Amino acid sequence: MSYEFDFSFLAERWPDFVAGAWLTVQLTVVSITLGLVVGTICALARIYGGPWLKRLVGAYVELIRNTPLLVQIFIVYFGLSSLGLKLSAEVSAVIALVVNGGAYTTEIMRAGIQSIQRTQLEAADCLGLTRLQTILHVVLLPAMERVYPALTSQFVLLMLASSITSQISTEELTATANLVQSDTYRSFEVYIIVAVVYLALSALYRVAFWLIGLVLFARKRKLGTAL
Amino acid sequence: MIELNANHFLYLLQAATWTLLLSLIAFAGGSVVGLVVALLRVSKSRLLRGLAIGYIQLIQGTPLLIVLFLSYFGLGIMGYKLVPIVAAGLSFTLYAAAFLGEIWRGCIEAVPRTQWEASDCLGLNRFQQYTYVVLPQAVRLAIPPTVGFMVQIVKNTSLASVIGFVELARAGQIVNNSTFEPFAIFVMVAAIYFAMCYPLSLAARALERKAHVGR
Repeated sequence: MSYEFDFSFLAERWPDFVAGAWLTVQLTVVSITLGLVVGTICALARIYGGPWLKRLVGAYVELIRNTPLLVQIFIVYFGLSSLGLKLSAEVSAVIALVVNGGAYTTEIMRAGIQSIQRTQLEAADCLGLTRLQTILHVVLLPAMERVYPALTSQFVLLMLASSITSQISTEELTATANLVQSDTYRSFEVYIIVAVVYLALSALYRVAFWLIGLVLFARKRKLGTAL
Repeated sequence: MIELNANHFLYLLQAATWTLLLSLIAFAGGSVVGLVVALLRVSKSRLLRGLAIGYIQLIQGTPLLIVLFLSYFGLGIMGYKLVPIVAAGLSFTLYAAAFLGEIWRGCIEAVPRTQWEASDCLGLNRFQQYTYVVLPQAVRLAIPPTVGFMVQIVKNTSLASVIGFVELARAGQIVNNSTFEPFAIFVMVAAIYFAMCYPLSLAARALERKAHVGR
């Protein structure tokens, strides 16, 4: 059988793809940032919190990690709106991605925080740092440095998972692809293009995270080795 | 409008068996292809290693949803019209193979070098080294992360709903269309997924703990 590839629709539709990719980037940058905040707070709560707080965070992590993102998105978008809380598709997408990413980040950050040695905390105590100062300067950054590779690959996976938000009509890259392919009947070409764009985005995110890592972790920048 | 009732719940449970079946297909297919990917990934030949790396990067760098669309709509337009379960099975096999291949590569590489050298000294050939010495040890290391990855497979089968395969997530949408109680229904769907995934997560954790005690 022979199949003629035809990418001619690109001449007309490329701005749609750019707009879709841009929304994907916006959605994921916001979700990753908020997810990191949520995950870090939950990780701290899980380690330093009281027994009930620990249990609560544990339940959150397990509930999210053992259910599909698609269903979580449906609960936020369709479920909450039926309860009277009307949210736009974009806002629902961000909420679902933050809640989802936050749970995974909690586990990763927890591993990082637990890898900080007691002696570091004792030294901080001796220097008269308050608890908040200790957490900010002695615990969090070095903890993040240790789990940075796991953290960033989790973030890249979150970016790829954002394609699922197309199912609630968020007009990001995948939804754009669905739209263009239903106009042009060129589904094979459309999805190949979008796959390439996602590959490029993953590469771009990896480079960005590497650069952010260089800025964030001075020791690594100077010595070339992790903590 | 129809009231949400016990029959709807039974319908969801029935759909959950399709989720399990699809997960099994994905895991079986992914294991076979994944083992090949893992072996290529640790091969002596640069070309084969490069191929395996390229494959892994390709799959891990694109969303599973796009792979699904490509194999269902894309191949369909090219003339290979696959039924949803075949398209989904194919996509999940490709997806699982990339991740399992990478997990198992780590396990194969974690077998100490000395084991390779010792089996070299005993005059075993490469095939014998793998089947008698390396793989049996790698399998023990591989079990906990593999069980952990099965959770990902079960969850990701929910994406098959977008190509019209009636598994748990799609069944939830169908029930929702007739009863319009999305919150109750999707929480129920999530609970069923949880009931399938949580035991796997617990098992993975227990196996991991056991593996660490042994060392």
